[in-house]
Amino acid sequence: MKTAIKQEAAAALIPEGATILVGGFMGVGSPHRIIEAILARGTRGLTVISNDLCTPERGVGKLVVSGQVTRAVVSHIGRNPVAQQRMLAGELEVELVPQGTLVERIRAGGVGLGGVLTATGIGTLVEEGKQSIEIDGRRFLVERPIKGDFALIACHHADYAGNLAYVLTAHNFNPVMALAAEVVIAEPEHIVPIGMISPDAVKTPGVLVDYLLERAA
Amino acid sequence: MMTAADHPAALDPKEIIARRISREIRAGMLVNLGIGLPTLVANHLPAGANVYFQSENGVIGLGARPPDGMQEASLTDAGGAFASAVPGAASMDSAMSFGLIRGGHLDMTVLGGLEVDERGYLANWMVPGKMVPGMGGAMDLVAGAKRVIVAMFHTAKGAPKIVPECTLPLTGARRVDLVVTEMAVIEPTAEGLVLRERAPGVTVDAIRAATSARLVVAAEVPEMDLAAAAR
Repeated sequence: MKTAIKQEAAAALIPEGATILVGGFMGVGSPHRIIEAILARGTRGLTVISNDLCTPERGVGKLVVSGQVTRAVVSHIGRNPVAQQRMLAGELEVELVPQGTLVERIRAGGVGLGGVLTATGIGTLVEEGKQSIEIDGRRFLVERPIKGDFALIACHHADYAGNLAYVLTAHNFNPVMALAAEVVIAEPEHIVPIGMISPDAVKTPGVLVDYLLERAA
Repeated sequence: MMTAADHPAALDPKEIIARRISREIRAGMLVNLGIGLPTLVANHLPAGANVYFQSENGVIGLGARPPDGMQEASLTDAGGAFASAVPGAASMDSAMSFGLIRGGHLDMTVLGGLEVDERGYLANWMVPGKMVPGMGGAMDLVAGAKRVIVAMFHTAKGAPKIVPECTLPLTGARRVDLVVTEMAVIEPTAEGLVLRERAPGVTVDAIRAATSARLVVAAEVPEMDLAAAAR
């Protein structure tokens, strides 16, 4: 059995300066209630690792606007002009990572691999300062694994054991991020009794999940 | 009867690009369309074309916009817009989605472009100091898709976008397979940029004047066939 906690309690777990992995793709499959609680609490100095910085009005984008994020590791910030302005002004440190590399770096962090070898980014700015190695005549960049202090993920169903299931394009980074943080907090749309999610439908086993967020009122 | 010279006025430049690229798509392909102009390509496929569109946010079998009132918050395209799905669709996480892209399982991607150069290299993800949206999935698509087609306007504010060497940061060091603009179809090859086709009514001289890169031009350059593809 997992403990279901209130969103304020979830936010209170996260200290200043924490590194948080946040699921979602342009806010789809993002843990919006946890983000709202972090916003309300005002926790500062956060490093956000996420696919994108959404928009200034939505999802992790709001934490950028509120000035709570000092560093972001993301693949895209194009829909958040505030993030772009702050990056160009030097107020927000942004590491832009190709999307497929980002998810694999997080996966590497989560599954105990020492890194990722990928041809993505060869011959571009992404290659700067990185080691590359040749395997079977093809050159690959060595990309480092990523881990976070917290993974804040969203799912469709959770059961009392913390098993998680996702739907449609709301999977995105969530199942991978659930492997790659010290503390995993899942925000389910629905919480159902054990047995109601078929074992074959579970994409994040409950052993990875530390807390479930209470269902929305 | 419409003459060739009437076509440019009759067809929006974006429509020319989208229609021409739609003719590159074959039945059974898995295709990823980038945001913006490339998305229009889907409008020109005949019904029953038996093509699956992949969207990198995690779906194979992306469909048209859903009817009003039927939008599902958990079914969107890579631009975050509400989408639908076709029979046979599959959803997946980002690791699988990019595994398909990087692993060579994607038959074709259509991407927007800021510049393409004589090597066939594409720059499409940032203008230093001005516009830095990030590369999103573009670098993975360029590195991994079997075929990369660039859909873009031939010039930007009068300045050529097909240039001797990209001045903007590259999206990849891979020669793209085809560049389609409202003026021309250009194929990057080991011998350089080969002018394959011209848009209806557009002369080779006009294409040369709008291109700063060296073009390889055959004696005869046919007009694009913009009739609806049906295969």
